[in-house]
Amino acid sequence: MQDIITVPPIIEARGIVKRFNEGSENELEILHGIDLNVRKGEFVSIVGTSGSGKSTLMNIIGLLDKPTAGSYMLDGVDVCCAGDTELSHIRNSKIGFVFQTYNLIARTSAIKNVELPMLYAGVKAKERRERAMELLELVEMKERINHTPDELSGGQKQRVAIARALVNHPSIILADEPTGALDSATGRKIMDLFHKLHKEQGITIVFITHSPELAKETERILTLKDGEFIDERMGIKYAS
Amino acid sequence: MLLENVKLALSGLLANKLRTFLTMLGIIIGIASVIAIMTVGDAMNKSVMGSMGDMGVNNISVFVTQKMSEDYDFSYDSDVREMKDKDYVSEDMLTDLSEHFEGRIEGISLKKSVGEIKVEDGKKYANINLDGVNNTGLKQNKLKLLSGRGFSANEQKESRKVIIVSDRYVENMLGGDTAAALGKTVETVIDNKYYTYTIIGVYEYSESSSGGMSAGKNRKDVRTSAYIPLKTAIIQLREKTLYDEFEVVARTGEDQGVLSADIQQYLNKKYYKENDAYETYSYSMKEEIKSMESMLNTQTYAFAAIGAISLLVGGIGVMNIMIVSITERTREIGTRKALGATNGYIRLQFITEAVVVCFIGGILGIIVGQFFGIMACKMMGYSGSASVGGIIFCVLFSMAFGVFFGYYPANKAAKLNPIEALRYE
Repeated sequence: MQDIITVPPIIEARGIVKRFNEGSENELEILHGIDLNVRKGEFVSIVGTSGSGKSTLMNIIGLLDKPTAGSYMLDGVDVCCAGDTELSHIRNSKIGFVFQTYNLIARTSAIKNVELPMLYAGVKAKERRERAMELLELVEMKERINHTPDELSGGQKQRVAIARALVNHPSIILADEPTGALDSATGRKIMDLFHKLHKEQGITIVFITHSPELAKETERILTLKDGEFIDERMGIKYAS
Repeated sequence: MLLENVKLALSGLLANKLRTFLTMLGIIIGIASVIAIMTVGDAMNKSVMGSMGDMGVNNISVFVTQKMSEDYDFSYDSDVREMKDKDYVSEDMLTDLSEHFEGRIEGISLKKSVGEIKVEDGKKYANINLDGVNNTGLKQNKLKLLSGRGFSANEQKESRKVIIVSDRYVENMLGGDTAAALGKTVETVIDNKYYTYTIIGVYEYSESSSGGMSAGKNRKDVRTSAYIPLKTAIIQLREKTLYDEFEVVARTGEDQGVLSADIQQYLNKKYYKENDAYETYSYSMKEEIKSMESMLNTQTYAFAAIGAISLLVGGIGVMNIMIVSITERTREIGTRKALGATNGYIRLQFITEAVVVCFIGGILGIIVGQFFGIMACKMMGYSGSASVGGIIFCVLFSMAFGVFFGYYPANKAAKLNPIEALRYE
């Protein structure tokens, strides 16, 4: 394991508080001052039951939502004060989302789906195509680049989604229950793909799941309950 | 980026062909009705303006008319007295007028209609319309002489019995050789009196100079004009050299509206101030044509505006379907936002989609409208043609329509909260 001190943090969140309906009678505090550090190249999982606040935390990490209080540095940039357009650009360049439900754009070929984040980044067509091909090859989907999501199985869709998440060289991959909609065998393969990407490409992954079994495979497991981290431990393979 | 959006919009639209077509149908019908109306309207205007233009655009018509009642209720006095000699415009007045307006006018065109006459010689016959004209008047008819000449000053002054006939007349009566016809005589009976004229000129008859009067008639029966000197006609009619109407030919470059008003004012002030019942009234053909044209255009635009109502309905249809489409694609919008699409990009995407629908609908509408417009023109006997300006306007207008009706739904999409959009089932 790499030395903690010398590796710069990708995510450095301090005292993250999220309250909904602030000021009204229904005010609800979901996150109560969370601290989170993720180092470059780390494979971290956040485990929690539904209602623990992990979706809310993921939205904040993924810059889809803003914390009520606290500070958040992503890859050395303070993102608390960014406006909508700036947040879009940061999401585009620094975060790769992998969703439980794949969220591929319907009626659009696999390669076009993978190209999409580059389109928003303003990459030229030829370059987009080459990079998309490269990533589809990495996730072993080279044979199906022109298939639309309708024509792909769940596991294949998730592979395309992973390729799409990686396409802009993001600082982190944010995977929200990526195996949740898959049968266990297919889910296994997707997990293997994440391990491969982590080991071979040194990609930073934040893996959100309610399954402690899958979480154990990762380097570090954070357990979230009622809006607070209650436990932090090393993964099985990395424990010693 | 824009090209990508257009491609994206097209693939989205193709995925839902029936819905896209039905949405477009509103635009197609709207644009088609506007184009069809404009095409028919343009053709009608051109036809009306064309026939009016033949009547001499440089002329100012002056005629003697009843004085308007004092209280300006725009009604004429019904029991006004008959016109007497002093009410007519005399030769002296015309001379005075020509001198006063010298430099501004080319001349005064005078015409006396003798009548419609059938000239017969055994089995041969020809219908003519006999007019006495002065030389300015003759010039106004823009005759193309095939042989011979016009009237000389002496022939006018001495009221000689000379005549200019059409080639059709020569064809009917004299075998068709226009040069040989010169010097031959035209013999006719008017009011039981026998007249003989010597042919000094033959002009080429054309359909347009007859104002379409010949339509449907046998070539032989077509009535053509024949001209004799003005004074010859006056003597024959046993009239005095008095006129109740005449035309002033304006110099080119002269403002005809102003000239017309000046002439009327000059005559009325000098000659009709003391007259109890009559005065002159003048109008310029050009001004008349202008106001006629603007009236016809207004009419066309009014009809087109009614057609535009269906376009509005079509536009609302586009807006409606855009809202449905955006609701259906909420998750897609959320995903796009998560992947880094800015609000502006999402907005552009959906506006592009609306514009593409409206643009394609507009093009189809123009084709359909053009087709029906030209068909309608053919049926009514006008020559209809596509108005390029109208087409360009409609293409741009339909695209603007897309922006207008696409903006609200697109903006709604752009402002979606990404978290809620991603969670949308």
